[in-house]
Amino acid sequence: MSANTLDAPAPERAPKANKAALLGRSPQDTPAGWVNYILLSVVLLIGFWPIYWAGIMSTWKEDKVFVEGFPTWLPGPYFKFNWHIINGGVEPSYPSYDSVNFLRSFINSILVVAIVVAGTLFFCSIAGYAFAKLRFKGRDALFYFVIITLTIPAQLGIVGSYQIMEKLGWIGTLYAVTVPALVSAFGVFYMRQYIEDAIPDEIIESARVDGASTFRVYTGIVLPTLRPALGVLGLLAAVGAWNEYIWALVAVNGSSWQTIGPALHNLRAGSTPKTSIVLTGSFIATFPLIVLLVVAGRQIVRGIMDGAVKA
Amino acid sequence: MSANSVEAPAAETAGTDDAAVTRPRGPKSSIWARFDHSVVPYVLISPFFILFVAFGIFPIVYSALISFQSYRVEYPVGRDGLSINTFTERWVGLENYQRTLVSWDFWQALINTFGLFILSAAPQLLLALILASLLNRRLRMQTMFRVGILVPYITPIVASSIVFATFFAREGGQANWILSLFHVQTQYGNRTIDGLDWRAERWSAWLALIIMIDWKWTGYNALLYLAAMQSIPKDVYEAASLDGAGAWRQLWSITVPMIRPMIIFTVVLSTIGSLQLFAEPVQFDDDPTSGNGGGSQHLWRTVAQLIWHTGWGNKTNFGFAGAMSWILFVIVVLVAAMNGWLSNKIGGRK
Repeated sequence: MSANTLDAPAPERAPKANKAALLGRSPQDTPAGWVNYILLSVVLLIGFWPIYWAGIMSTWKEDKVFVEGFPTWLPGPYFKFNWHIINGGVEPSYPSYDSVNFLRSFINSILVVAIVVAGTLFFCSIAGYAFAKLRFKGRDALFYFVIITLTIPAQLGIVGSYQIMEKLGWIGTLYAVTVPALVSAFGVFYMRQYIEDAIPDEIIESARVDGASTFRVYTGIVLPTLRPALGVLGLLAAVGAWNEYIWALVAVNGSSWQTIGPALHNLRAGSTPKTSIVLTGSFIATFPLIVLLVVAGRQIVRGIMDGAVKA
Repeated sequence: MSANSVEAPAAETAGTDDAAVTRPRGPKSSIWARFDHSVVPYVLISPFFILFVAFGIFPIVYSALISFQSYRVEYPVGRDGLSINTFTERWVGLENYQRTLVSWDFWQALINTFGLFILSAAPQLLLALILASLLNRRLRMQTMFRVGILVPYITPIVASSIVFATFFAREGGQANWILSLFHVQTQYGNRTIDGLDWRAERWSAWLALIIMIDWKWTGYNALLYLAAMQSIPKDVYEAASLDGAGAWRQLWSITVPMIRPMIIFTVVLSTIGSLQLFAEPVQFDDDPTSGNGGGSQHLWRTVAQLIWHTGWGNKTNFGFAGAMSWILFVIVVLVAAMNGWLSNKIGGRK
C-alpha cells in the first residue's frame, strides 16, 4: 500500500506538453530547484558533522580537540594509539580506562541487539499474525490495549523495574537488558497491519481446508510474505537496543554485562578525563549504526514512513 | 483508518463456523482441530502480553506501591565481610508526595523539563515541516537525502550528547568559535570571555540543550511529515495553483491542514519524549559521573535526571524516586491529552 511512497515520485505522470497542467502540479511532481538542493545539503552537513568530527578526533590526540579557530577536520595518525588506551592500555599522562571494559561492552551490545532483534521479530510476528488473521474472543479489546500502550513511556516504571529485577536477581545480568526489550507494542501493531494488508484471507482459508494447522500457516505462508516487514522492524529494534541508555545505566552499569551506553558514560569519569578518548569511544559506538544506515537506510526510512502512515 | 480495519474481518467471518471448515479434509483429529482454533491464538499472543505486562505495565504499578513507602537501600556488611543489600521499608502514606511537592529541587527540575520541552518542540516541528516540504519535491538522489537526514536519529544519544558537550566548551569549543566570527563577548561578573560560558546561566544551558535535541529529532519528524504529505491527493494542489496559490501559500493553506493528524501525532510523540529528557542534560555536565546533575546549581537538571539521582545517586531513596515518577507520569498523560485536544481545537478552526 505504501511501498511506492518511498521511491516512486511518479514523474512520468506529469504532462510536460500542457502548460496549464504544468502549473497545477502537486509539490512532489515539481522538480526541486537549486535552492532546494543547497538547503538540503546544508541540513545533511549539520546532521553529519558531529559524527564526522568525532571520527576525526579519534585519530588525533587531546591537543586537537579544543582549538581556537577552524576545527581540525582531516584525519591524523593516532587512531591505534587511542584504541590502545580505550582498551585499558597504559600511557603516561593518560588515566587508566581499564575498568571501563570498552571492548567487552561493545561486544555485549552486539549480543544484546542480536537477542532483542530475534525475540522482537518472533514474538511480535506471531502476535501480529493472531491479531490480523485469527478469530478469538477478546481479540479487538486486546488489540486496543496494544494501541493504547503504544504511548506509555516505559521509562516511567524505572523504579519498579529495578525493584522487580533486583528481586529476580537479574541486575547486572544479560537478562536485565534483553528480556524487557523482547517485545514491543509498536512491533505487534506494525506486524498486524502488514499481515492484514499483505496476505489475503482466501490463501489462509484454503491452506486451512487442506488441513494446515495455525502454526503451519505461520511458517508456510505468513513468514515468507512477511520478510520485508521483518527487516524493517528488526532494524528499528536494533537501533533502539543499541541506543538504550538510562535503563542500561541503572541495570548493568559496571557489571560484566555492561553495554555500550554506560561504557561511554564511564569513559568520562575521573578527575582528568581525556576528551579525545571519550570522542573515540563515541565514534566507535556510532560506527555500526552508520554502517547499518548505509546498508539498509532505505528500509529504515520506509519503516518510519510506513509506521507513521499506518498509525 | 486502523480502527475500522480492526473490526471488519471479525464482523464478516464471525458467522461461519470454523470447526466445519477444517474437520472434513484435515488429517488431524477433531480434538486437535478444536484446540488449534480455540487455544492456539492465545498461545500466539501470550508471550507478548506476559512479557509486556510483567516488564512494561507492572513496573509502573509497582513503583506506585514503592512511592508510598520509605524505601531506603542500606549496605550493611555481612559476617563474611561482603556487603549485602537490604531494604528497610515502611509505609509512610503520602509523605513522599508531600516532600516532593514542596521541594525546590523537584520544581526546578519540572521547570527545566517543561521549559526545554516547549522551547525545543516548537522550532523543531516548524523546521521539520520546512524540511519535509523541501524533501517533498521531485529530487535527484532522493533516497540519499532521506537516509541522510536520519543520521542524527540513529546516532546513539549518549555519543551525540558527548560530542555536543565538547562543542559547548567554554574554551576552544566550536560553538564559541562560531560566535567569535560575530565577535560575541560576554561579561560574567568582572571577567569578560569570548563567546559564552554556556553552563554558567540557565538560558545558555537551555539553548545548548535545545540545539542538541532539535539536531537529533528534526530529521525524524520531517520524515513523518513527508509520509503524510505524500498521501495528500494531488488534484487538491492542481486546483489550488490554478487559482493562483504559490508554493508558500500552498504549504500553509493545503499541506498543513491536510497533515494535521500527523502534526498532532508528532506533538504527542515529542511531548512524551521531551518529558523524559535524560541523556543530553546528563552528558552536558562537565563530569556526569559525579555531582547531582545540571551543574552546581542544577540549572538544567530534568525530572528524569532527578529521579535517577534520587534512586541511584549518593542517597538512595526509591520511595522518593517512585513518587517523582508518578507525578511525572500523571503530568505526561495530562499534557499529552491536553496537547491532542489543543492541536485539534486550533487546527479545527481552519
